[in-house]
Amino acid sequence: MGLAGCHIPWNDPYPAGTTAKPILLRAFSAPPKHLDPVMSYSSNEWGIISQIYEPPLQYAYLKQPYTLEPLTLTRMPDVRYLNEKGQETTRDRAAFSEYTLHLRGDVRYQPHPAFLAPNRELSAERIAQLTTPYELPTGSRALTADDYAYAIKRMGVRAYQSPILDTMMAHIVGLKKYSENVSQAYEKLKETRSGGGFFDLRPYAIEGVQVVDTQTLKIRIKGVYPQFLYWLSMNFFAPIAWEVDAFYSQPGMKEKNLSLDTWPVGTGPYMLVENNPNFRMRLMPNPNFHAESYPCEASEGVSRALLDDCDQPLPRNGGVLYTLEKESVPYWNKFMQGYYDASGVSSDAFDQAVQLSSSGNIGLTPIMQEKGIRFLGGVQPTIMYFGFNMVDPVIGGLGENQRALRQAVSIALNMEEYISIFLNGRGVAAQGPLPPGIFGYEPPPVGINPFVYRWENGQLVRRSLDEARALLEKAGYANGIDPATGKPLKLYFEAVGASPDDQARLAWLRKQFAKLGIDLVIRATDYNRFQDKMRQGKGQIFMWGWNADYPDPENFLFLLYGKNGVVATGGNGVNYANYANPEFDRLFEQMQTLPNGPERLRMIRTMVHIVQQDAPWVFGFYPRALALYHHWYHNAWPNMMANNTTKYLRVDAAERVERIRQWNEPNRSALWIGLAALLGMGAGAIWLYRRRQQQRAREEGGSC
Amino acid sequence: MLKYLIRRLLYAIPILIGVNLITFALFFMVNTPDDMARIHLGAKQTTPEMIAAWKQAHGYDKPLFFNGNAEGLDTLTDTLFFQQSVRLFTFDFGLSDSGRDIGADIQQRMWPSLALALPTFLLGLWVNITLALVAVLFRYSRVDKTALVAAVLLMSISGLFYIIGGQVLFSKVLHWVPISGYQPGADAWRFLILPVLIGVFAGLGAGLRWYRTLFLEEVNKDYVRTARAKGLSEWRTLSRHVLRNGLLPILTGVVVVIPTLFMGSLVMESFFGIPGLGSYTIEAIQGQDFAIVKAMVFLGAVLYIAGLILTDIAYAWADPRVRFK
Repeated sequence: MGLAGCHIPWNDPYPAGTTAKPILLRAFSAPPKHLDPVMSYSSNEWGIISQIYEPPLQYAYLKQPYTLEPLTLTRMPDVRYLNEKGQETTRDRAAFSEYTLHLRGDVRYQPHPAFLAPNRELSAERIAQLTTPYELPTGSRALTADDYAYAIKRMGVRAYQSPILDTMMAHIVGLKKYSENVSQAYEKLKETRSGGGFFDLRPYAIEGVQVVDTQTLKIRIKGVYPQFLYWLSMNFFAPIAWEVDAFYSQPGMKEKNLSLDTWPVGTGPYMLVENNPNFRMRLMPNPNFHAESYPCEASEGVSRALLDDCDQPLPRNGGVLYTLEKESVPYWNKFMQGYYDASGVSSDAFDQAVQLSSSGNIGLTPIMQEKGIRFLGGVQPTIMYFGFNMVDPVIGGLGENQRALRQAVSIALNMEEYISIFLNGRGVAAQGPLPPGIFGYEPPPVGINPFVYRWENGQLVRRSLDEARALLEKAGYANGIDPATGKPLKLYFEAVGASPDDQARLAWLRKQFAKLGIDLVIRATDYNRFQDKMRQGKGQIFMWGWNADYPDPENFLFLLYGKNGVVATGGNGVNYANYANPEFDRLFEQMQTLPNGPERLRMIRTMVHIVQQDAPWVFGFYPRALALYHHWYHNAWPNMMANNTTKYLRVDAAERVERIRQWNEPNRSALWIGLAALLGMGAGAIWLYRRRQQQRAREEGGSC
Repeated sequence: MLKYLIRRLLYAIPILIGVNLITFALFFMVNTPDDMARIHLGAKQTTPEMIAAWKQAHGYDKPLFFNGNAEGLDTLTDTLFFQQSVRLFTFDFGLSDSGRDIGADIQQRMWPSLALALPTFLLGLWVNITLALVAVLFRYSRVDKTALVAAVLLMSISGLFYIIGGQVLFSKVLHWVPISGYQPGADAWRFLILPVLIGVFAGLGAGLRWYRTLFLEEVNKDYVRTARAKGLSEWRTLSRHVLRNGLLPILTGVVVVIPTLFMGSLVMESFFGIPGLGSYTIEAIQGQDFAIVKAMVFLGAVLYIAGLILTDIAYAWADPRVRFK
């Protein structure tokens, strides 16, 4: 322990001096699989690569509702509408939409060896010696429109596994044809070059993607698709320099885990300088990062303290150190010791951290307040729902009886109770398919689901079980009895997993149905089989969720669009309830291309009312995210759509060091007592042994 | 001896083929290549084209054991089993299904595993044997009985309790060591001391009872009586004669695990944030990464066979009467 004295406090888990640097100390619970923007689509991966890559647009940090703004562009893209002949026309007659992107001239790539030509022709021996790319000399260059085009071209190579290729093929002109050609060429190249090699995409062209000059890019899409702007804020559209692709394609690189999937190269505020996904990842500020400053505008409701750093240069911190923390107990304890700047609240730690007032408001416990810990909460743009399979003969269909049955179940499934028991209050009971923050969401009383709730004395009141029973009777199942069998109606719930936690949820669910006299049968299975059942439309009732890709109502309402039915599309749709209402579908087709405005809102209201009445889902809940952060952690704001928010955060490292020192003073006296006890036990054993030996000698002497 | 070793190594080949066969059969009984593709693609909407491309890129578009569309020997060689097994025998593990090099990952992760497992193993062995000898020294006395009761108590408590209890006591309350984490190099001891001590403590109950039983069997034999008659002290008799003669059964249980120490410990590494191999296989099973699963099962089998051969060699070293045939 003498050596530990050199490292104060003794329980500091970082190399000496780390906590004194103005860096963010974060944890990640699962190693990210992909850091290549062409294929990465998980939130934990985007949490990292969004700090490195820069798509053309980003979400304004402090604005609500979610608002896009230029990131590497001089202004928002210009949109022109064109007819079949390519002539400009009005929006409502458009056969194509053309987006023109004007790039800033001051954006440069992070330092990287790929930008030096000799590094793209390394010998096998040199590559074999490398552990990181940064062991080689580095260079940089300015961002050009070609890099954005190159990223779209990479998306088109089927073998690169872009999860949005099929979606984008439906929109970007010529992408489908390009993808077929380039994918074939790629396969041919793979056959001829078994050791890999650079597949140069520059000679290939996509009809709808045109590089006008180094700073201007045009993308032509089919028809009118205003949601395309949201896609332009995602990492799939982040620029990729061909030099980087060429560098990592050198034979032997992949065997050293050196690839775009492990060592990203972007123009963003940070660069990844350490990548051991099983241990630690480290971001350092990109020295070539272009001028960008902290926002000076915030929407109403945003704390004015968040504008203290107005106009200050970004990033506001000196980097990020991510440490893998698989278990929640050590993660929580290290947060409480000050070794992580922020933490979520696991159910184990919930009571220690949070107290709920009688009105359901969330507050911190005195222990948290004493430590100066603060919290941020926000409703996520996510919906969790219980779906009914609308092609099921018992529970599905748009007939009056089936509708009444689903409405009765919707009333009986008490989501407020579910949120209270299983989410510690971290959720909002859903009234419809659109969560807060998405255009078209309207809080009660306007947005109330009148088939499940009533508005009484300014409060939302769930309809009574008697009303549910009346609906059940109307459906032909009086008191829950199935007239065909004379026994309680049997319904089937498709469940994933059967852990103790799951068991509690399933028991609760059975109880909810039992309130109506319905016998709910749980069919538990693994995730693969569950998905198979869903794709084949064999399930009856199931639980599912959807997290917004972008903050547009289309991204939620398309989950109920008939042409997206999972059965109708042979397993490729996202409408797992197989809901198909012609009126809803007609309105959806009109609504999806309209700009946000009164007309769109009117349509959405009607659509929401239709699904509330048809009840293909029990609208479950919108989860509420809750994050705790220390007093030294500044500028935190829950923008649920933005992923590149690390650059805004600031830490007061001096305060962090001081607090950590106060909270982690080692207990030296206990150490001495422990050592003395060990020595005492050893001495006692020796004394006992000697006494026993002498006693035996005496006994043996006596017997002689 | 050389002949014996060669024979044992040749025996290993059908065993490894069998292990591989079972791994393939079990894995694909639970997961189809389509399921694997969906998990790896991670997209909200996976199309048949995406799935087909993923399977082709990873070689999962071939039949599992028998290719009915091929002719001649290709019916067996143009299969998933053959294509993916052959390279294993040259210890070329290839790329994981998520694209990382498995060999490089194993190399990177085995050292932290070893840094935790080796001291835990050696210290545990020393402590268990020493305390067992002490218990035998005071056999049938109050000290011995107390040690036995304590051993049963220690065995009855879940290992997780020691881990969480140790973290709370030594890091959260006393602030002596980091609660979890790791640093390579000289600073590693700060992170390893707690998991090593907890690992030793958690294994103490079972170890103490096992070794005590072994030594008690020896302690009444004639050679021990002779040693006492020569006037040796009890401790010298135990440590010089009983321990040496009790080595054979100890070697059976101990040497075989030495090679597998590389494979790490799932629970200890997860709770203490040690970036080792312990969770590599489990994570691969959860993520349906068959390339890693088959590589790790194969490696585990190789190491186990190596452990068994080492045990045989250790027998001959410990007991000159043992001869290889």
